[in-house]
Amino acid sequence: MIDIGLIGDLYIFVLAGFLGYQLISRVSPLLHTPLMSATNAISGISLVGSLVVAGAGYNEVSTALGFIAVTASTINVVGGFLITDRILKMFRPAGGDGRSPKGAASGGAGSAGDGRSPQGAASKGK
Amino acid sequence: MQRNLLQLCYLLSAILFIMGLRGLSHPRTARRGMFLAELGMLLAIIGSLLHHDIIDYKWIAAGLVLGTLIGAPLAIWIPMTAVPQRTALSHSFGALAASLIGISEYYRHGAALGSVRVGVIGIEVMLGSLTFTGSLMAAGKLQGIIGGFPITFRGQNFFNLSLLGGMLALIVALMFIPTATTAFYSMVGLALFFGILLILPIGAADMPVVIALLNSYAGLTDAAMGFMLDNKIQIITGSLDGSSGLILSILMCRAMNRSITNVLFGAFGKVQERPAGHQESTKPVRQVSIEEAAEILGTARSVVFVPGYGMAVSQAQHRVKEVADVLKSKGAQVRYGIHPVAGRMPGHMNVLLAEANVPYDELYDMDQINSLFPETDVVLVVGANDVVNPAAKRTPGSPIYGMPILEVEKARIVIVSKRSLNPGFAGIDNELYYGDKTLMLFGDAKDTMMKLAAALKS
Repeated sequence: MIDIGLIGDLYIFVLAGFLGYQLISRVSPLLHTPLMSATNAISGISLVGSLVVAGAGYNEVSTALGFIAVTASTINVVGGFLITDRILKMFRPAGGDGRSPKGAASGGAGSAGDGRSPQGAASKGK
Repeated sequence: MQRNLLQLCYLLSAILFIMGLRGLSHPRTARRGMFLAELGMLLAIIGSLLHHDIIDYKWIAAGLVLGTLIGAPLAIWIPMTAVPQRTALSHSFGALAASLIGISEYYRHGAALGSVRVGVIGIEVMLGSLTFTGSLMAAGKLQGIIGGFPITFRGQNFFNLSLLGGMLALIVALMFIPTATTAFYSMVGLALFFGILLILPIGAADMPVVIALLNSYAGLTDAAMGFMLDNKIQIITGSLDGSSGLILSILMCRAMNRSITNVLFGAFGKVQERPAGHQESTKPVRQVSIEEAAEILGTARSVVFVPGYGMAVSQAQHRVKEVADVLKSKGAQVRYGIHPVAGRMPGHMNVLLAEANVPYDELYDMDQINSLFPETDVVLVVGANDVVNPAAKRTPGSPIYGMPILEVEKARIVIVSKRSLNPGFAGIDNELYYGDKTLMLFGDAKDTMMKLAAALKS
């Protein structure tokens, strides 16, 4: 028979799906590309499963497969977060023309960016 | 005790991931959100490293180092125009990891697995393998290694569906006879093949939908891996990832007027054949020189730029910004109108313009900018084609009929910067170019924008 663990997992899967729908619907269309790279990075969580297989020494085949899986997942985690940050750093509001991205993000947002970013406002309105 | 600690770690990381995605609702909070997500990832990894099954860290360390060495340069040095390829590639990496772990699980436990567990592994490996090759194909098409044109053959959908049926049948058979290793590995082979077939018929212009869809598949694969290993954090992130991809594909579909079923069966990208003998463009177009265009733009009070993939191809975003800066210094109001499917992935144009230092307040999505066109003096279309084609509204027989477009014709004057009169990716003639408000500015986008900025300054 189907064991209880699997049903419990199904609960989590379905509820997380609903949560995801709510969460992603609120993401500004402006940021759809960083959203994709962010979910890429987060889905690198397959690393946690791969780590165990690579390190448990079950047998040689499993270790080899685990090693490749760890490598592939790490590419996603490291690359995904790095490029997401690289993209997000470029998004600046008007008025924050300073070269330092950090200053523009915090300084400009308070004055010019408040509630004025058109796409963000629209996605909330829907 | 240790097991509970690990689960608590995972719970915390799940919360941090959710808060991270929430941050993306606004550019102002996005980076902080991503920091939280990174923290969550770190926590999950450290927690897993303490897992009681792990006895040897040699291969783990090697994988972590190698992955970092490959992943970091890929993220730091690729140009922003190549982000779609990178995204497709990383879907394939994720799927590869998932299917390899699935294969390892089957190899290790084999006959000892119950029928339900074998079924879960089968589904996981199938999803992983087809997403792996499918994403590689998509990345290849985006990078131009594989031709961007759709490849179709007779009975393609029937063939693909029977292939899918065959794989599912093999999985069911495995549930009855878990020891049938041949069935398992044939299923893996079929899935790898299926992934290629899935992307074969899709043209480059449909890539925004495909990437989003592959994102969703990658998420589902991840969740299936969580089911297989009974790992809750993977189920949660996989589910979040899957729904994110699904929502994006739905949005992209709406923006192209395609149905969801159409996408789920992968039978898209095949534009209906045009009626035979398509009219060669003999209609007159009004051409302007750089100087004339500069003169018109110089007197405009409000200007809207409409960028498309052509801008990305010729890397013209910095020059576009230059023109915009001159116009702003002359007192004009400058906006950018962005169609959801402009470019090769969701949000592609926004990123390219942000790269050129365009503040995000000036980027408007389709609904907002359409209501602003009537009060706009000049629209400058840079490398966009199908997303401004009025045939979508007027010509019921047109392949793009019904697709929501940027209604640039409502502005007083439309200037189109375009390489030549060749039709765009969808191969459809664009009536906009022959409109009485339209002026054509032929030439490479980057070159044209550079000259335009210079002409405006003098």
